[in-house]
Amino acid sequence: MIRLHRKHYIIFGLVIAAGIFPFLNQNEYWLHILTLSFIWIIAVYGLNLLAGYTGYLSLAHAGFFAIGAYSLGLLTVKTGVNYWAALALSCLITSVIGFLIGLIALRTKEHFFAIYTLCVGYVIYLVIDKWDSLTGGVRGLIGIPAPSNIGPLSFQSSLSQYYLVLFFLLATIFIMYRIVHSLTGRTFIAIRNSEELAKTIGISTMKNKLVVFVLSTFFAGLAGALYASFIRFIGPDIGYTTVIFDLLTYLLVGGIGTMAGPIVGTILIVSVSQSLQFLQDYRMLIFGPLLTLIIIFYPRGIVGLFNEMYMKRRSRKKPRLKKTQTPYTDSEGLQEDRVKEG
Amino acid sequence: MFIETRNLTKQFGGLVAVKNVDFAIEKGKINAIIGPNGAGKSTFFNLVSGSYTPSAGRVMFKGNDITHLPPNKVAKLGVARTFQTTNLFEQATVLDNVIVGHRLRTKSNLFDAVLRTNRYKREEKKCREKAMEVLEFTGLTHITDQLAGSITQEEKKRVAFALALATDPEVVFLDEPAAGINPGETEGLAELMQKMVKKGITVCLIEHKMQMIMKLADKIMVLNYGEKIAEGTSEEIMNNETVIEAYLGGDASA
Repeated sequence: MIRLHRKHYIIFGLVIAAGIFPFLNQNEYWLHILTLSFIWIIAVYGLNLLAGYTGYLSLAHAGFFAIGAYSLGLLTVKTGVNYWAALALSCLITSVIGFLIGLIALRTKEHFFAIYTLCVGYVIYLVIDKWDSLTGGVRGLIGIPAPSNIGPLSFQSSLSQYYLVLFFLLATIFIMYRIVHSLTGRTFIAIRNSEELAKTIGISTMKNKLVVFVLSTFFAGLAGALYASFIRFIGPDIGYTTVIFDLLTYLLVGGIGTMAGPIVGTILIVSVSQSLQFLQDYRMLIFGPLLTLIIIFYPRGIVGLFNEMYMKRRSRKKPRLKKTQTPYTDSEGLQEDRVKEG
Repeated sequence: MFIETRNLTKQFGGLVAVKNVDFAIEKGKINAIIGPNGAGKSTFFNLVSGSYTPSAGRVMFKGNDITHLPPNKVAKLGVARTFQTTNLFEQATVLDNVIVGHRLRTKSNLFDAVLRTNRYKREEKKCREKAMEVLEFTGLTHITDQLAGSITQEEKKRVAFALALATDPEVVFLDEPAAGINPGETEGLAELMQKMVKKGITVCLIEHKMQMIMKLADKIMVLNYGEKIAEGTSEEIMNNETVIEAYLGGDASA
């Protein structure tokens, strides 16, 4: 129970830290960067549920992010729908499109799924870029309103926007936590582990995969919609394939299939990349090798590394009751073990 | 009849992996399928459990035609199975690996999970209790908190049994349960199978270890090149000319 409490303290401390950050650091610029990071984190969580917990790496999520952003932009700018209704509708539209694409995409697996969704993402980008009359094409969409007031609450200032995004982020984390730590989450993990085995223990894999896919597009759409109302201008670039690789980098560095991975990865990469602005594009000379090393040595990212260390410590404290074999606690040991079995 | 296959045939292109096999699995007994490598034993399993769709023939379970049901539906009817290689989630504990086994008997969905409804709490508890129950049954209570990646090969086999049992099956199909473990451990697994039968669960297994099969099985079917060449008790099989020929080659005079 002590462990549980300590974990709760950490979570509580982080929420407080995020809450008082704007007062400690009066710098508008960093507030802007942090708000933007929070938006990315929401999208990365969506991706994590699908790629990390269910084992289906979707490369179409920048497209869904853009669908969310454009839905909100078009609904508010062209039809003048109330902001909150537009936000809800944007998520709904993204989910419906996600459902339709998922129906086809989920018939493929592994690399084929990744390649198929990469194509889908690119097609979404092309549609946004070329459908001039609807999306404004390369000129983009300007004049997207900030979130409208709820009673006395106004969201015009960057500070209030920060808290609004923080609210959505916390809600996202809460929902993700509950899903992952539930029978439903276990079902998803069972699918990632072995789809064949999952089927034989009575899990309808297609149904569950579709649920995850729609859910993850929902969060991509939510992130996109928040992005649109925060930046107030969107262009087709936000759906371009580089965006999905950014999201993927955040996820891989932080830890794919871990609960804290999206936060750690996104905050770390975004802040480091801001601090290294002066290097311009040469920053990639640092990120490229770093990413490669992390994938080779810590396939579960920074958070995965800490989890492993924690498990190692715990298994040392609690020795086996029977047999003397030392537990494999490092990932290399696990892989070797798997190779032997295969 | 409990489980019955009629004229079961599976073709992969030009290769006939299973050919016109009629076999009845008897309730409450240990049924075994043996045969040389490539005889179509695993294919037969995959056909019965719904992983493959037969090219011809039918599979009946308690009088119902289950030939074209997907594996997850077959599992819901009470047919469980294990695989030759045990696919466990190695970074999770043994208990965590088994809990999901009872998922098919629960109804809670995503909203129950997010809102933690009463139904969810009840079902979560039920799955956990079921997992503990089957882990006790398979003799694994001492390693429930170990990572699945750190347990022995034999323990992994037992976890696979536990996972299959967690689905509340009436019949369990075991694909080479004793492969890759030592004789002493094999003995232990044999006892476990007898314990399952005593509990009212029908067992059907594929096995290469003849000693174990001959001692254990109530009914044996021998497959060779996809065809059933013999069927009967262990004595009948041991004295069957065709079987000896299939195993030892044409000119054997055993």
